Amino acid sequence: MKKNDQAGYDRREFLRGTTAIAGAAVAGALLPIGTAFAQQAKLKVGLMLPYTGTYAQLGVAITNGFKLAVEERGGKLGGREIEWFTVDDESNPAKAPENVSKLVQRDKVDVVIGTVHSGVVMGMAKVLKESGTLWINPNGGAGAMTGAACAPNFFRTSFSNWQTTHALGKVLKAKGHKNAVFITWKYAAGEEMMEGFKEGFEKEGGKLTKELFVPFPQVEFQALLTEIASIKPDAVVAFFAGGGAAKFLKDYQAAGLKGKIPLYGSGFLTDGVLDAVGDAGEGVETTLHYADGLDTKKDKAFRLAYAKTFKLQPDVYAVQGYDAGQLLAAGPRRRQGQHRRQARHDQGHGSGQDRQPARAVDLVQGAQPGAGHVPAQGGGQGEQGARRGLEGPGGSGARLQDLAFL
Amino acid sequence: MNSSRFAQLLPWFVLGLLALFPLVENTFYMQLLTKVLIMAIFAMSLDLLVGYTGLVSFGHAAYFGLAGYTLALMSPGYEAVSLWWSLPAAIVVCALFALITGMLVLRTRGIYFIMVTLAFAQMLFFVFHDTKLGGGSDGAYIYVKPSMRLGDFELVNLEKAEQFYWLVLFLMAAAYLLLHRVLDSSFGRALLGIKVNEHRMRALGFPVFRYQLASFTLAGSLAGIAGYLAAVQYGFVNPEILSWHQSGAVLMMVILGGMGTLYGAVIGSFAFILLQEVLSNQAWFGAWAKHWQLAMGILIMLVALYLPQGLAGLAQKFRGKPVPESADD
Amino acid sequence: MDFAFFLIQLLNGLQYGLLLFLVASGLTLIFGIMGIINLAHGSFYMVGAYLAWSLSSLTGSLTVAILLAIPLTVILGMGLERLLFRHLYQRDHLYQVLLTYGLILVFEELRSLIWGDDVHGVAVPALLNASIPLTENLSYPVYRLAISGVCLLLAAALYLLIQKTRLGMMIRAGASNRDMVQSLGIDIKLIYTLVFALGIALAAFAGMINAPLSSVFRNLGSHVLIICFVVVVIGGIGSVKGAMAASLLIGLAETFGQVLVPEVAGMIVYVLMAVVLVWRPQGLFGKA
Repeated sequence: MKKNDQAGYDRREFLRGTTAIAGAAVAGALLPIGTAFAQQAKLKVGLMLPYTGTYAQLGVAITNGFKLAVEERGGKLGGREIEWFTVDDESNPAKAPENVSKLVQRDKVDVVIGTVHSGVVMGMAKVLKESGTLWINPNGGAGAMTGAACAPNFFRTSFSNWQTTHALGKVLKAKGHKNAVFITWKYAAGEEMMEGFKEGFEKEGGKLTKELFVPFPQVEFQALLTEIASIKPDAVVAFFAGGGAAKFLKDYQAAGLKGKIPLYGSGFLTDGVLDAVGDAGEGVETTLHYADGLDTKKDKAFRLAYAKTFKLQPDVYAVQGYDAGQLLAAGPRRRQGQHRRQARHDQGHGSGQDRQPARAVDLVQGAQPGAGHVPAQGGGQGEQGARRGLEGPGGSGARLQDLAFL
Repeated sequence: MNSSRFAQLLPWFVLGLLALFPLVENTFYMQLLTKVLIMAIFAMSLDLLVGYTGLVSFGHAAYFGLAGYTLALMSPGYEAVSLWWSLPAAIVVCALFALITGMLVLRTRGIYFIMVTLAFAQMLFFVFHDTKLGGGSDGAYIYVKPSMRLGDFELVNLEKAEQFYWLVLFLMAAAYLLLHRVLDSSFGRALLGIKVNEHRMRALGFPVFRYQLASFTLAGSLAGIAGYLAAVQYGFVNPEILSWHQSGAVLMMVILGGMGTLYGAVIGSFAFILLQEVLSNQAWFGAWAKHWQLAMGILIMLVALYLPQGLAGLAQKFRGKPVPESADD
Repeated sequence: MDFAFFLIQLLNGLQYGLLLFLVASGLTLIFGIMGIINLAHGSFYMVGAYLAWSLSSLTGSLTVAILLAIPLTVILGMGLERLLFRHLYQRDHLYQVLLTYGLILVFEELRSLIWGDDVHGVAVPALLNASIPLTENLSYPVYRLAISGVCLLLAAALYLLIQKTRLGMMIRAGASNRDMVQSLGIDIKLIYTLVFALGIALAAFAGMINAPLSSVFRNLGSHVLIICFVVVVIGGIGSVKGAMAASLLIGLAETFGQVLVPEVAGMIVYVLMAVVLVWRPQGLFGKA
């Protein structure tokens, strides 16, 4: 319960935070929305995302999604024009604290949007916790961001790393696999996804026999693929994303492992790369909170608008960026109902009530309450891929997920 | 006031101005200046090797990074570590590491020395990069910055950016004075002698190896001070701080400023970091700001080709003085 | 690991080692003959990889792309030697480090301006796009075998060039005594230009043939560069034979390290280098 209380408190802070963005402090809340917003200076939005390197395409997709959400609102949020600040974080954790300091201290942005790489996320968490700047993270799933290192101004429109692989335990069990090998990049995201999978799989009685790591962002897998062949596990589970994912799928095929040892992964293994890999992606099963086969009105509308605007098919990253934009826009709008809910929360201390405000934000991803579902996405083409397994360790880090899914 | 007196007073004047800076601006530009001063300590420590001892180390970031990691490992999760003992501890760790590596690397000369120093730095890089010791490739965080207490009274709280700035400035000045004294002593002159002609000094009966080792250890310790401070500034360490890029960057600062002149190292770090900041400023250079390294690279090449004495050499040329015989010919 | 897999890992290690040799042999020649530390050597590897990618997506064939790219890199090498490196022969190593460090930055940014910052895969030529089954569940990509073969051929050619031809004789003579060679009426400048261009072309060629395996991305050359320095130093500066021995040693150490002792895999090669240098400061095949 304590965690949930914390979560409820944080969300209030968030709404308060976005209210402040809209320029309305306590006094402002009493004014009609339009007049309060009309006089405001531009809203400074800092985008800190990877625009170079392995995750460059992810950064671009998130930016597109976010800007689409803003465009749909006439290029304004809460009635305010937007001034953009962009930093290429290069997916380099070493530069993260300095890069985000630039946005916060030099550019004095009102809100930071970013990023992809979990290591960079931790650098941002450090600085943004101290500065208190509103932060919406549209991807990077570092568990600590919404766990030990969390702060009231932190929000995420994506996932915690463990969640993306935890549900695979059930999938593998259902397929009759008793042991598995996990292969990934050696950094926070890979390690946390490995831990998430291990926990989920062991709960189902499976055994993770070997953990194999490649330094990020290298893509030379040959020695490790040979190692996998020599271990002969029932299944292989992988986390790679972007260009690395495409390379891994192709190498897996070239090493003759495809079809011999079934391959599973978090959805990043296939999302946005299927076109590039051809038949190397066939038969790969993944779990994720979103897949392009999601059959909801909201998603269809989003996909159509995105494809029209950017002449590109959206992927999970675009969705998360779009939802980040929606979330930021929704903050001010929800303001009026806020006090009432807050009062109710103060009486009830119930986690269910805390989650109420979220329903108002009509996010693309995961429109269905996800508890206990086993997401399975065949060949990345997901028949039911958009469901999220919310069961898992202690509900840590689920703050924004609550907002998004309940 | 005659010119030599002016030259004597100038450093104090600059120091005074720097000390007053936080009163003018205490956010981004003070942070930037803090970084410059930290790098100045780092660059001076390398100048002791490159400019005064004739040892071109391409792995000096090892000591810088090691101190940072020492602090990160000593910091208890959510409490402040005491500055009283954590800084000396970091220095001692670096001094010991420099002493041990120095005994090995000083067996080699020339290109081999450059490569072996690099190898040791890379080794340390992978110790922190590949093991969980310091958070792997993502690095580790120091959540609460060190503080200095005397009984119940808090003398220095590094969470306060101004106080941290002044501490850095103080340590930079102290490092400068220390090196100045050391180089002015007979020890310093012996080092220069070794740089110019190692064999002659050996023939004269100087224990060349021991002198070099002492210089190497001192340089490593001072780099440790800089590394400690750098880790405090962002509350963060990452293997990148001991990568060869970092070793390369600090070498650039030393040469850009002018080797063999302590103030050159300070000028070099100012110039290098400010240049980086200016060239990557989107407001001024628009889309080209992204490609700031292009201009930086060309500039570095020009310095290598046409300005071997660095900015300090340029200043001396303007004043019509002969350039001191510090850089290699 | 049973014996079959041990052999396959051996093959992996040798393949990697042979590729390293292509890059390192150029580096050691430039080191040994011209006395130049070329930090930008890895950038030429990267340029090769990007040329392979851009030309193969233009022409649709990696083979055509490589045939087009080789003369380009030779010209690039000759041009740079004339414009830049020529000024460094008599200078202290420090300035060579400085200049070539600057060159790395320039190459990275030019790469970004010309080719962008995305990661790109390069298709394996259709003819070689197959795998040979080795065990019940593992196949070996033909392409990897093919590049190992090409590397071996090039190594043999390099050996013949240096040991058996007149040009090779002049190169060897130029390495041991520049002034003497010049006074014998040999155009040492031309030889330097040729050696430099050869070294650059070898590195770029390595980048080209490895592009389908490594993909192309920014800072591609950085890792290769540092490893090749290690190779050159372990083998002994200037020794092509040493570069071959050290390349294979490093290739095997990295491959087996990654599998057997993943926690310390990254530092193995540097420990090797430190051990070799403490034992033989001039490297395995270096002249004292």
